[in-house]
Parts: sequence; C-alpha cells; structure tokens
Amino acid sequence: MKLGRWFVPVVGGLAFVYLLVPIVYIFVFSFNDAGRTNLEWRGFTWDNWANPCGAPAVCESLANSLQVGIVATLIATALGTCIALGLVRYKFRFRKLTDVLIILPLATPEVVLGASLLAQFLNLGWELGYWTIVIAHTVFCMSFVIVTVRARVSSLDPRLEEAAADLYASPRLAFWKVTFPLLLPGIVAAALLSFAMSFDDFIITNFNSGNFQTFPKFIYVSATRGIPAQANMIGSAMFIVALLVVIIGQIISYRKKKQLEKV
Amino acid sequence: MTQTISKSGLSDLRSKDEIRAERRKGRTGIYLVAPGLLVLALFFALPVVVLLAMSLYVKPPGAEIGEFVPGFEIGNYMTVLSAYWPELLRSFWFALIATVLALLIGFPMAYLVAVRLREKPLLQGILLVLLIAPFFSSFILRTQAWKQILADEGFIAQALKFVAILPADGHLTATPFAVVAGLTYNFLPFMVLPIYANLGRLDTRLLEAAGDLYASPMNSFFRITLPMSAPGIFAGTLLTFIPAAGDYVNSALLGNNRNTTMIGQVIDSRFFKVIDYPGAAALSFVLMVSILVLVTIYIRRFGTKELM
Repeated sequence: MKLGRWFVPVVGGLAFVYLLVPIVYIFVFSFNDAGRTNLEWRGFTWDNWANPCGAPAVCESLANSLQVGIVATLIATALGTCIALGLVRYKFRFRKLTDVLIILPLATPEVVLGASLLAQFLNLGWELGYWTIVIAHTVFCMSFVIVTVRARVSSLDPRLEEAAADLYASPRLAFWKVTFPLLLPGIVAAALLSFAMSFDDFIITNFNSGNFQTFPKFIYVSATRGIPAQANMIGSAMFIVALLVVIIGQIISYRKKKQLEKV
Repeated sequence: MTQTISKSGLSDLRSKDEIRAERRKGRTGIYLVAPGLLVLALFFALPVVVLLAMSLYVKPPGAEIGEFVPGFEIGNYMTVLSAYWPELLRSFWFALIATVLALLIGFPMAYLVAVRLREKPLLQGILLVLLIAPFFSSFILRTQAWKQILADEGFIAQALKFVAILPADGHLTATPFAVVAGLTYNFLPFMVLPIYANLGRLDTRLLEAAGDLYASPMNSFFRITLPMSAPGIFAGTLLTFIPAAGDYVNSALLGNNRNTTMIGQVIDSRFFKVIDYPGAAALSFVLMVSILVLVTIYIRRFGTKELM
C-alpha cells in the first residue's frame, strides 16, 4: 500500500520533468548571447527578444509557416465540418468507403503521406512550393477535424433542432441559430488543433515544399551548423501565446459553466 | 424516461436515439460530403495509387538520373527489401520499444492527473495544461534541444562519465538509446491523453469496494483499473506506434549513424539524394502495408468496436 501511494506521484512527477526539460531548455537558451551558434551558454542578453528577426531567414520562414497554417486550417476546417455534419445527419451510399477514406490517413505514417503526394505532384509535373504544401497540410488536417467535429455532432441533442422546427424556424434558421452555436466550440478546437499540426509539421512538408522554407524546415536545415537563438525566441514566444489561448479558453468555459449553474 | 413514455404510446415524445436513427435522406448530405471527399480522393487515395504505380517504374537503358518510364518491375521490391530490410525491422523495433516505454511512463502520469488529483482541480488543471504543452512548442526544436542536452560536452554526459556509468570515450547522442529516448519523448503526450480521458471516467468507488472485499492494491489494479482503461491504452499505443515507425527526425538528429538509421530516412534520401523514385516508392508502400497489417492484427486481437 505504501509503495503504491508513493509510486504514482514520484514516477508521474519525474515524467512531467522529462516532458518539460527541453521546453525549459529552449526558453533559457532564447536569452543566450549566442552569436551564430546557440550550442553553449555565453551569457544573458535581451537581444534575441528585442530583435527576433536578427538572424537571416528566421522571420521569413515563420511568416511562411503562419500563412500556410492559416490557409490550410481554414480549408480543412470548412471541408471537415461539412463532412462531419453530413456523416452524422444524412443517409447516403458508400458510407463505409467514406469512413475508410477518413480513417486511413490517420493510420498512415507521415513519410508515406508525404511520399505519395510527392509521387502525385511529380507525375502531374506540378512545381513544389506554397500551394503543394497547403494541399498536403489540408489533407492531413482534415481527418483530424472530421474526427473532432463528428464527436461533437453526435453528442448533440437532436431534439433541440426539432424544438426549433416546432417553433416555426426554417431548417436553415434552426441550423444557424441552434446547431451551429452548439458546434462552435468543437469547430474552434478542431481549427486550433489543425493549425498547431500544420505549423509544427516537418516530414510531410519536407517532401512537398521544394525550396519553400517553413519554420520547422528552417530549424532542421540549420540544425547541422547551429540554430540561431532567435529561433528559440520564436519557439518560446509561440509557446507562451498558445498557453495563454488555452488558459483564456479554460477561464471562459469555466465562467459559462458557473453561469449555467446559477440559472 | 422519455423512452418508456414513447414506447407505451402515451405521448409522441421521441428519444434522442429515435430521432438520430431516422437519418434524413436527400441531396443535402451528398453536397455536404462531396467537396471534402473529393479532396481526400484526389490528394490521398489517388496519390497512394500513383505511389504504387511509381514503385513499379523502370529505368530505360541509357536514361539520365531521375528518368523513369512506367513499367511493371516487381524486382524493385526485391532490390530495396534486400538492401534495406535491417532499417525496416529497426524502425518497427524502435517504435515498439518507444511505445512500451511511453506506456510505462505515461500510465502513472495519466493516473496521477486523472485519479489522484481529482480532489484538487487547480493542480489537476495546471498539470493538464503542462501535458498538452509540448504541442505548443516546435517538435524539431525540442528534439534539437535533446541533442544539445545529451551532447558530449553537456552536463548529463559529463556527470555520467564522472560516476563511470558512461565510459570516458562514450557518447549519449548518435546511439540507439538516444533515438528511442527521443521517440518516446516526442510521442508521450499521444499516449497519455487518451489514457487520461479514460481514467477520468474511472469510478474510484469500485476500487474502494474491491479494497473492502480484501483485494490487494495490486489485484484491484490488474482486475479493475487496467481493464477499465483498456480503450485509452489501445488508442494511445496506436497513436504512438504508427508515427514513431515512420519518423526520421529523431533518428536523423539524435542518431545519424549506421546503427540508428530508420526507414523514413532511407525513403527521404532515395527520393532526394539518390533520385531513385521507384525504390523510394516501393519502400513507402511496404511501410504502409506492413503498418496496416500490424494495426489490423492488433485491432482484431485487442480492439473494441467503440474506437472507430
């Protein structure tokens, strides 16, 4: 009994340390007075935070990644949400086939997704670059959006929409006034997830980007000769922004819960 | 409640399930699904077919580098498999070890957050945010950070050498150990989150009841907690194993020698350095099929219906 009581907190706690060590390392080394290679500690400086675009190509690749992430997320979320609604709410033929087509990308390793798309683009003779990455990211993000939103649609109480119809709302009005607001948190979560995945993707991007530089690709390429400290700064800044988004989201949903409890 | 009423015909109130069962027909469904499916068909299904076709291409005599014509050369598979079977096996072996390690590390983590801290919502919330924190920071930047932490001049390697666990000329990076540690690290959250979701629903009164009936903690863990979290473990192991088997960032950054090369690295270099498209396509196809076969066997053996 004694053993069991201590085992979980100790092992779990150590695992959390393991999980966070590199993140802390990245943060600390974003303040390194590094020069060109950020391999050893050379003294504290605010320079990297004051001047994030100081190293060549860092900000350019960041802007590229943000652009790809936003466009791919918008397309994947729109198409994925429609599929999720259609799958749960409507009858049509080839449902089994549709299910397979959605699940299969999730069970395929990234190298294979990347390689098969590259084979396709080579065959079509398309030049690799911005649009080929957007297409690649849209495909792998869409499956995640469908799975996330579908769970939300099937947990929705269909009687709410019926009630709206009983009160003479047209199907369109009932959808936009009742269903859509209820689905929105799930759709937003799916969009954030797909942006995070697109922004962080390396393997699929590496296969389909040609000379187009994204942030992960920039880090991978410069890994051999040392990553500039500005990359650590951008990584840390993105981390802090994402953390704030999650915390604010948590507070909003907590407040809503409290309000509902009061009613 | 509503169900009993509607069944007895007292009222026309219908249950959720009844409404849901009556899926609407008509064109709207097709219009909703068609655009997305078209994208999946054109840029997922078709590319896989193209990949299969490309794996059978042949090099015409006197061709330039990167010039291939459509053909039906099954020999491509023999050529790449006989050259790269060690890398293929190593990928599955590393992925398997990483998955088992992630389960051993991840289960106590999930249990700590989901069950032990149930009475302390604030601490639970903080740890939950820390659990998803890795998703917010760059995967490659973190792997590169490990490379520097484990480097020969780094604190850990020096300390291990000082206490003579590591020989004076030993390395931590460029070893299978570093690659497996990196894989375990990178896919750990994919293991923990599904288990967390499952343990969150665990009714601790069951454990109390088992204790009252003189079950040892060990016994109630194996007879109650573990079976109840099985769907989470199942999803977590798949979400860890599949990407780990195809990954090459860890083996390239933390390994990068002959003993650590994984199949992803080979596919990448066949495509971009050697310009052997058929060979790269054949290896990709072999990887995809072997994972699908392994996953299917795994699902048949341990899977539950509710997952899909």
